[in-house]
Amino acid sequence: MIEGRAGKVAIYVAATLAALAWLLPYAWMVSTSFKTLGEILARPADPLPAHPSVEGYREVFRAISVGRYALVTGAMATSIAALQVVLALPAGYALAKLRFVGRPFAAAAVLACLFVPAQASFVPVFLLFARLHWVDTMGALVLPFAASALGTLLVRQALQSVPDELVEAARMDGASEWTIIYRILAPTLTPTLISLFLVSFVFHYNDYFWPLVMTTDDSVRTLPLAIALLREQGTGVRWHIVMAGNVVLSLPILMLFAVLQRHLVRAVGLR
Amino acid sequence: MNPRARWHPWAMLGPSLAVLFVFFLLPMGVAAVESVFAWDLLTPPRFVGLDNYRSLMARGELPALLIRTTGYSLMVVAGTMALGLVLAVLLHRPGRFFAFVRASVFSAYVVSWVAVALLWMWMLDGNAGIAGRIVRALGGPPMALLGDRRTALPALAAIGVWKLTGYSMVVFLSGLESIPPLLLEAAALDGAGPFARFRHVTLPLLGPTAAFVATTSLATSFQAFDVVRIITQGGPARATELLVYAIYEEIFMNLRVGRASALTVVFFAMLFAVGLASLCLRRARTVS
Repeated sequence: MIEGRAGKVAIYVAATLAALAWLLPYAWMVSTSFKTLGEILARPADPLPAHPSVEGYREVFRAISVGRYALVTGAMATSIAALQVVLALPAGYALAKLRFVGRPFAAAAVLACLFVPAQASFVPVFLLFARLHWVDTMGALVLPFAASALGTLLVRQALQSVPDELVEAARMDGASEWTIIYRILAPTLTPTLISLFLVSFVFHYNDYFWPLVMTTDDSVRTLPLAIALLREQGTGVRWHIVMAGNVVLSLPILMLFAVLQRHLVRAVGLR
Repeated sequence: MNPRARWHPWAMLGPSLAVLFVFFLLPMGVAAVESVFAWDLLTPPRFVGLDNYRSLMARGELPALLIRTTGYSLMVVAGTMALGLVLAVLLHRPGRFFAFVRASVFSAYVVSWVAVALLWMWMLDGNAGIAGRIVRALGGPPMALLGDRRTALPALAAIGVWKLTGYSMVVFLSGLESIPPLLLEAAALDGAGPFARFRHVTLPLLGPTAAFVATTSLATSFQAFDVVRIITQGGPARATELLVYAIYEEIFMNLRVGRASALTVVFFAMLFAVGLASLCLRRARTVS
């Protein structure tokens, strides 16, 4: 590109402004979380806490059992992500590699599900779970997301570039279809599977909607719900507590993102 | 390849198709059936025909809801696409600095809506919020964006833009990645400046990418719920009541399953329209 010196400076300035627009809010969140109530009331706009205090964090851990919520959230997100990988492999294999009557129909059904978010299906699903007495169970949180339309299509797409000969050779050697899928093909798809697992884990760790509508009991409620509740429970102006909760909620995900960015971005960039 | 046994493909697809069918396709039919009943979850359901739809129309509730939801979505889609495209072009450069800026923008897409909603609620707080303080320090008027009927919805949309721009930027970046550099070099040799190259080479080639971002972002914006539930609860004076929040209120606060189902049917219709549009755009791309 022919840009010249002025152009180059302008590009760096604009990029810096963009970074600030996204990083300053985080900085504000962290800064607020270390303030005291007195400071927030007296000088809410001071950039840095005058007397950094962990009182906000102490309050968060006093008000909610962070450990238990994190455990439930982690167990839920891990189960969903693992199930999606396990189920997407054979489904994607059938769609990518096997010729059979009804394949276009099956592919269309999966594609259609891509456009149906949980927010559209929750009323009927809630009624179903209420009838089965499944509300407030881990099953109600995990089962609806055990299969992923996106995951199935990603696996199909990745398998389309794996040569048929690999499968044919394995069949000649007497490998069963399950061995072929999980032992021979899965390792060749590692990047796709890692991306799928991570995207699914992050999405469900963060998810506020489904746990909110499917649970009322504290024993199966997740961390995002508990953090949002910090605000609802009449914390009023005690924003240092809410921001401390925010840091507790988002720090693990931001750290995960910092380390595994590549895998998360790849799944989003894919079409 | 042929399957080794005729039942193999169905055994492989079975679990996935069953889950997807029960939790994502069947609900469409169930919602349609429930929408012609009046039911409060306690007493037996009563058949009422199209009364649920009629009552939603009669008081202008449904049209208002659809206008609000579409308005919010269009603001978010236009904002994220414009910003995402600008940032993609700006940051499509080698080097660690630009990689860092790209990651900063994208990070908001990875963080929970809960964290984003609470953070912006604090920054836009009418009294102590930093945004208002800065405006006042610069001599501006006091502002309570989230408390004002006219500004609350655009404020929520702005928060959505901050959260989702990373998504559109990443997809546009992958679109830019697929433009052969030779084309741009050829245009440069023909004397096209940076702006002419962008206008006549880059932009037309990004068409399919833009169509993809537009339809997926639209579908995402239609689902908006978390910001409404956490920040405004639909207020002030219903100015931020979006479709999914209305469904949530009908079933869990008003215990009106019929009306919630009728709204769900409308939601499915909107998603169907977006899905159809995306399919047509995809087909148009493969044909051309």
